[in-house]
Amino acid sequence: MSRLAPLFGFLLLVALFGFGIWWNTRHDQHEIVSPLINKPAPAFVLPRLDDPTRTVSKADLLGKPYFLNVFASWCIECVHEHPELMGPMKQLGLPLVGFNYKDDPQAATAWLGEHGNPFDAIVADRDGRAGLDFGVYAAPETFLVDAKGIVRYKRIGPITPDVIESEIKPALAALAKESP
Amino acid sequence: MIRRLCALLAFALLPLLAMAQAIQPLPFRDRAEEVRFQNLSAELRCPMCQNETLADSNAPIAHDLRRQVFEMIQAGKSDAEIKRYLVDRYSDFVLYKPPMQPSTWFLWFGPFVLLLAGALVVYVNVRRRRRLQAGATPPASNIDDGDDW
Repeated sequence: MSRLAPLFGFLLLVALFGFGIWWNTRHDQHEIVSPLINKPAPAFVLPRLDDPTRTVSKADLLGKPYFLNVFASWCIECVHEHPELMGPMKQLGLPLVGFNYKDDPQAATAWLGEHGNPFDAIVADRDGRAGLDFGVYAAPETFLVDAKGIVRYKRIGPITPDVIESEIKPALAALAKESP
Repeated sequence: MIRRLCALLAFALLPLLAMAQAIQPLPFRDRAEEVRFQNLSAELRCPMCQNETLADSNAPIAHDLRRQVFEMIQAGKSDAEIKRYLVDRYSDFVLYKPPMQPSTWFLWFGPFVLLLAGALVVYVNVRRRRRLQAGATPPASNIDDGDDW
C-alpha cells in the first residue's frame, strides 16, 4: 500500500493540473464578475446622443426590462458584436438602450450611420463617470436590467450567437418565470 | 567629445520622457497627499489589464480611476471609503490585498494548513521509524527498505 503512495501523489497532481487547465479554458481570466448582479443598477441621468438637451435617467426606464449595451466608435470588438445587436438581440423583444461610452458624439453618430442603429434610445457618457458607477472597464459590455431596475445579468465582451443561446435566453427565461 | 557624451546622456534619458507622459501630473495640495495617493493607487489593481496597479497602468480605465481616487482624496474621503467605492463597482478584484472573509479563508490559511499537514506527515513517519528501530530487533536490512513513505 505505502509503495503506491508516490503514485497516488502523482495522480493527485495530475488531477489538480487537469482541473486548472479545464477551468482556464472555460473561464475568461479577464472577466471580473460584476458585484452589481442582483443589485439595483446605479442611478444615472445622461444626455441623449441624438439630442443632448434632453436626458434619460434610470427612473425613465423603470417598469420594463431592458438591455443596456455599452459601445463606442473607438471600440473594435463593438463592430464584431454589432450584427448580433442588429438582428438576434432586437428580436428578443426588449428595449435596447445604447450607452455610448467615452466617445465623441459626432464619431458615435457617424459610426451608427455606417453600421446601423439597433438602439431604441442612446445615452452619452462622455467622460465615463456613469460608466464607473456601472463598473464598465472594457467595451462592449451588456447589462440586463429588470423592470424594478435590478441588474440581472452582465456580459463583458462581445455578444455572440453562443452567448445569446447559453446566457441571455436563460436569463430572460428566469425573468419571465418571475413575472408572468 | 563632451558634446558627444551629452548627446549620449540625453539619449539614455529618453525613456524617462515616455514615463513622464504616461501619467500626467495631478494637482496635489501637498507632498503628504501625493504620497497617500501613490500608496493607495499602488494597492489597487487596474481592472482592464489586471496585472498592473492603478499607479502603473496606462489603460484609459486606469486613468479614469486614478482621477476618481484623486477627487475622492480631495473631497476628504478616507482610504477605506475609496476602496469601498471601487469594490462596490469592480468587486474585490481591484484590491491587491484580498480582504479576510469566508470566501478567502483558504487563500489566507491554506498555506499554513498545508504546512501543518506536512509537519504531521513528517512527525508520524519519524515516530514510526523510531518505533520500528526500538521494536523487537528487526533485521537491519528491513529498517530502511524505502517503504516508509
